Amino acid sequence: MNFGFTEEQELLRAEVRKFLDQNASLDRVREIVEAPDSPRIEPALWARMAELGWVGLNMPEEHGGVGLDLETTLVVLEETGRSLFPSPLISTVIAGKAIERFGSAEQQARWLPGLADGSKIGTFAFLERSDAMGPEGVETLAKHDGDELILSGEKLFVSDAALADLFVVAVRSGSDAQSISLVVVEKGTSGAAASSFDVMDLTKSVGKLSLEDARVGVDCVLGTQGAAWPATQWLLDLGAALVTAEAVGSAEAALSITTEFAKERVQFGEQIGKFQGVKHPLAEIYVDVESFRSLVYYAIWALDQDADDAQVAVSRAKAYCSDAFPQAGIMGVQLHGGVGYTWEYDIQMYLKRSKWVRPMFGDADYHYERVARLGDL
Amino acid sequence: MDFQLSEEEEAFRNEVRGFLDDNLPESHERTPEFLANWSKQIRERRWVGFSWPKDVGGGGGSIMEQVILKDEMAQRKAPSLGSCFMGLAWVGPAIIQYGTEAQKQKYVPDILDGKYQWCTGYSEPDSGSDLASLKCKCERDGDDYVVNGQKIWTSIAMWSKMMILLVRTDQASESKHDGITCLLVPMDTKGIDVRPIKNMSGGEMFAEVFFDNVRVPVENRLGEEGQGWKVTISALASERSSIAEVHGLIRKIDEVKDLARGTIRAGRVMSEDPGIRRRIAQAETKIEAMRLNGMRFLTKQLKGEPLGSETSINKLHRADLEVGLGELALEILGSSATLMGGSEPTVDGGAWAKYSLNWPEVVIGGGTPNIQKNIISERMLGLPKD
Repeated sequence: MNFGFTEEQELLRAEVRKFLDQNASLDRVREIVEAPDSPRIEPALWARMAELGWVGLNMPEEHGGVGLDLETTLVVLEETGRSLFPSPLISTVIAGKAIERFGSAEQQARWLPGLADGSKIGTFAFLERSDAMGPEGVETLAKHDGDELILSGEKLFVSDAALADLFVVAVRSGSDAQSISLVVVEKGTSGAAASSFDVMDLTKSVGKLSLEDARVGVDCVLGTQGAAWPATQWLLDLGAALVTAEAVGSAEAALSITTEFAKERVQFGEQIGKFQGVKHPLAEIYVDVESFRSLVYYAIWALDQDADDAQVAVSRAKAYCSDAFPQAGIMGVQLHGGVGYTWEYDIQMYLKRSKWVRPMFGDADYHYERVARLGDL
Repeated sequence: MDFQLSEEEEAFRNEVRGFLDDNLPESHERTPEFLANWSKQIRERRWVGFSWPKDVGGGGGSIMEQVILKDEMAQRKAPSLGSCFMGLAWVGPAIIQYGTEAQKQKYVPDILDGKYQWCTGYSEPDSGSDLASLKCKCERDGDDYVVNGQKIWTSIAMWSKMMILLVRTDQASESKHDGITCLLVPMDTKGIDVRPIKNMSGGEMFAEVFFDNVRVPVENRLGEEGQGWKVTISALASERSSIAEVHGLIRKIDEVKDLARGTIRAGRVMSEDPGIRRRIAQAETKIEAMRLNGMRFLTKQLKGEPLGSETSINKLHRADLEVGLGELALEILGSSATLMGGSEPTVDGGAWAKYSLNWPEVVIGGGTPNIQKNIISERMLGLPKD
C-alpha cells in the first residue's frame, strides 16, 4: 500500500522544481506573460521541457513518449502550478490521451510523435456558447461529404487555442442527444480559425476555434462516429483532474506566500501571524489544500486504472477545489492588506489563477450535482 | 500509488472476513449471549489490543494489519474490539510504555478482558484547552500521595473502577508542564466524590470528581514523579490515521440521504431540492477526503515516519461533519425538526433532534476546532505561538 509517490517520482518532482526555480521564477513568468501580445508561452522553455520528457511523460514509448502514467504527470503539474508556469501542458496531455485512447494505430502514429516531442501543441475543444457541460452543449455540426466531414460551429473557452497545432474537437453527428464525435482538426485547415481572448489570468491562454465549413477527412475521426460521448466525457474528466492537480501546487504556493508574509509583517508590535484572526484562516486553507490534494491524487489514480468510481472521484476533487482555491486566493489577498491589492505583489497572480480554475471543466455546482447524482440522489 | 495489499496482508484480510462470515449475525440477531461469545473469541484471537506487544497479551499486529482489521470490522458494523474504551485507547498504551512490571501485570489483562472501565481525570474547571495549567494538588506523605482538588468533564466516572489521574506534585516548577504526575487511582478510594453532570441533550455521561484527602499508594504512580505530562500526552499523541472512523460517518450520511428521499415538504421530495443535494454531496466529499487523507497519513506511517499534527486536518473535518450532518437533517425535516418525543408529526421519535445535540462530545472532547487550528498553524505552518 502506498498512497503516495515512488522514489523516482519524487526525484522527478525535485528536478522539475529546480528547473522551474532556475528558469521560471515569478519575475520571469511576469516578463513572459506581461510582454505586449504575449503568446503565454516561452518557446525555448517549452522545447526544453519536451526534451526532458515532461511533455510526453505519459505518452506511449513507441510514439516518442516516456510511457509512464498520469500519476507521474500529476507530479509535474503540481510544480508548474506552484510556479504559475505558462505552458500548454494540460491541453497537450488531454489531446495526446484522446488520440492514444480513442484513436487508431495510424492516427496515433500520425499525431503522437509531434505532441510527445513538443513540436506540436494540442488541445481539446468542447464548450460552446451555451457553456453547458453535457452533450446538449455540443452544437457544432459535422456533415458527411464523401470521405470528408464538413464542420461548422464555434468552440469557445478553448485552452491554448491560439497556440495549438492540433484540436481534438467534440462535434454533433446527429440529432440524437448523445450523437457526438471526436474529430482532430489541424491548424491551417481551410475554414478553421483560432484566436485568443483577453484572460484575467495572464499565465493562461484561452481562445476560440471558429469552424466555417471546415473540411477534414473521415480519417480524422477518433473512434466511432456519433458514439463518442463516453470518450468525450472521459476527456472532460481528465481535464478536470489535471486542472485540479495543477491547482494543488498553486493553492499551496498561495498559502505559503501568505504564511511567510504573516511571519514578517508587524502590526500592533507583533508579527500578524501570531493573531488567531490571521492564523485560523491560514489553517483552514491548509486543511482545504491537503484535502483536495488527497481527492485529486485518488482521482488521477482512478483514471489511470479505469476504476469504477473514477467519475465520482474526479467530481469530488474538482468540486472541492473549485470552492476552496478561489477562497484561498481571496483570503491570501485580504491577509496581505493593501499590498495584496497591488500589481507588484505576487499573491494577486494566484487569486487570478484560482478564478481561471473555478469553471474550468466544470465548477463546484456542476460537480457537486454530479456527485449527488452518482450517489443515487 | 499502489493500493495492493501484500500476500500476507491479503491473507490476514481473508482471515478476518472469514471470521466475520462465520461468526457475525445481522444486527438484530445480536443477543447478549452472542456478545459474550464474540468477546471471548476476539480476545482469544488477540484482536483486542491488536497493536500491543505480544508479551503483554496484545496481538503484535502491524500498522497495516490494524487498519485492515478495523476497516473490515467497521464495514460489517461489528461490535467494538474490546469494551474497555479508555483503557484500550490510552491508559493501556501508557502503562505498557511507562508502567512497572507489577502495574502491567495488574492492569493490562483486565483492560484486554474488559473487566471494568477506566475514566480519565485530566480536565479541571480552570484547565480545559490549557490542560497543562492543571492545579489538582498532590503531596507525598510516607508511602502515599494525598490528593486534594477537582476534576471535571470526566466521562463515565460513575461507572468506572479506575481512573488515570493527572495531579500537580510540584507547585513551584518553572514550566507548567513540569511538576505534573500521573496516578492510577481506584474510584472506591475514600474521599472521592463523583457528581454526574446533565448535558444539554438530557443525558448524564460525564461528571465532576472531587478529591478530599484521597490517599493513593506511591506504587500507583505511573512513570516518574513530575513526568506525568510526558506519560499521558505521549500516549494521547499515538495518533491514528482515523480511517475506520469514516465508516460511522458514511453510515450517517446514508441515513441523511434516506431521510431526504423520504421527506416531502411543500410538495417536493427533499432529495430533489438543489440546495439539499449540494450539501449532501459536499458532506460526502468531505468524508471521502477524510478517508483519503487517512490513507496518506497511513502511507507516511508505513514508511516509518511519525505522524505529526497533520491529523488535526481530519479532526477539523470530523468536527464540521458531526455538527453539519445534524444541521442538514434538521433542515431537511423543517418544522418537525423542532419536536422530540413520540407525538405525531415527530419523525423517528425526534432522533435527529437529539442527534443534533450530541456533537460536543466529539467536537469539544478531542480538542476544540479552534485549538486544532492553532495546532496546524503553529506546528504545520510554523506561525508564531500566541
